[in-house]
Amino acid sequence: MALVVVGASLAGLRAVEAARRDGYRGRIVLIGAEDHPPYDRLPLSKAFLDAEGSGEVEPFHGEDALRDEFGVELMLGAPADGLDTAAREVSVAGTTVPYEALVIATGATARRLPGSEGIAGVHTLRTAEDALAVRAALDAGARTVVIGAGFIGSEVAAAARKRGLPSTIVETLDVPLVRSVGAEAGAVCASLHREAGTELRLSTTVTGLESDGGAVTGVRLSTGEVLPAELVVAGIGVVPATGWLAGSGVPLHERDGGVVCDATLATGVPGVYAAGDVAHAANPLFDGESMRLEHWTNAAEQGAAAARHALAPEAAKALSPVPYFWSDWYDHRIQFVGTPRADEVVAAVPESGGFTALYRRGDRIVGALTVDRPREIMKYRRHIAGRAPWPEALAFAARMAA
Amino acid sequence: MMKIEADRAKCDGLGMCEAMAPDFFEVGDDGTVVVLDEQPGEEHRQDLSAAVDACPVLALKLRD
Repeated sequence: MALVVVGASLAGLRAVEAARRDGYRGRIVLIGAEDHPPYDRLPLSKAFLDAEGSGEVEPFHGEDALRDEFGVELMLGAPADGLDTAAREVSVAGTTVPYEALVIATGATARRLPGSEGIAGVHTLRTAEDALAVRAALDAGARTVVIGAGFIGSEVAAAARKRGLPSTIVETLDVPLVRSVGAEAGAVCASLHREAGTELRLSTTVTGLESDGGAVTGVRLSTGEVLPAELVVAGIGVVPATGWLAGSGVPLHERDGGVVCDATLATGVPGVYAAGDVAHAANPLFDGESMRLEHWTNAAEQGAAAARHALAPEAAKALSPVPYFWSDWYDHRIQFVGTPRADEVVAAVPESGGFTALYRRGDRIVGALTVDRPREIMKYRRHIAGRAPWPEALAFAARMAA
Repeated sequence: MMKIEADRAKCDGLGMCEAMAPDFFEVGDDGTVVVLDEQPGEEHRQDLSAAVDACPVLALKLRD
């Protein structure tokens, strides 16, 4: 009997920890494509980029602790390259690892900006190496252009502005973050950038890069302009890392190739579960909506659950989490719980400051966003988890705004 | 007896503990965690372990 976990980020780590905590004493193999033992990606676009930060990426546990305390066989710097579900083997590093229970936690890879190969100063922000490079550029006082007004890119722009550096965000949509938070809240988020002095170029695409001596010098826009740049960070989304699953029979999503799971994280292939950024999981709390979530909290929860379910499938229970993410921009904190897929959005600007938006589907609240109102966000989460009727959520919001 | 320890200097007020165990944790007026009951009964261990694990900045510990 062996539990094999492919993917050594947060979801994979939580899988391993949960298996041991639950008393599983058998073999565990943790396979990771990066050389590093599991480390926290969360600070990479936040505190790590601060001028005062330590500039070091710290693992959750060192390799020795993983081997000795958790009794895990580590295969780091070893991307999985195939899965044979009939033989129940993972191909990796020129060998095969047999499994009885498998957790797919390979996460997602940042999309590269087309035409940026070989140009220094152009980065994504997903790995420790990415973060070190971005931080070094900021330390050098780089003029920063962020492509894509998503949360990662926005945090990079905020880090640049916090250092007093010029920063511009280029976004193809006319309102940022529509898919994540909807148009009303997206417009509020856009205003946070403008107030902080970040230049926001909406409804604009990048048509090319300018470089000199192999280093980026500018970003060419669809308007014909060239924005001077010494640091370009592309936040144009991620792709689930499932190339290694081709031909395995594990169901992959038609749009993005993520692993399709039921509400227990089972893939339908015996013994194979998925967790974290790679997994589309049905969520009973939201009418069975399939969700692929790139949130820290989701990776932590799903990783642990996937391992438990893989080891004891007869005891598996459907997960019905309320998604939660947050982002820190300038001196603001944006927090979102639930889903933005709603029939109606109601927004309020409370006298006491910040912003609140509530999202209704049918007759109940399914989502909430707050800006700078940290005491409230988890109260909305409880409303959502409890399937609270819409009037009750509105009444609560009115009390909070008073 | 189990005891909850919150490192309020480390706490970032994200509220995952409140989400997981609202009878024991709440984000307070200053935006950091308030522990509502520092010495919970053993019957709450599983929920509290989940809340401790859920903290993205590892600000919580359960002591025995």
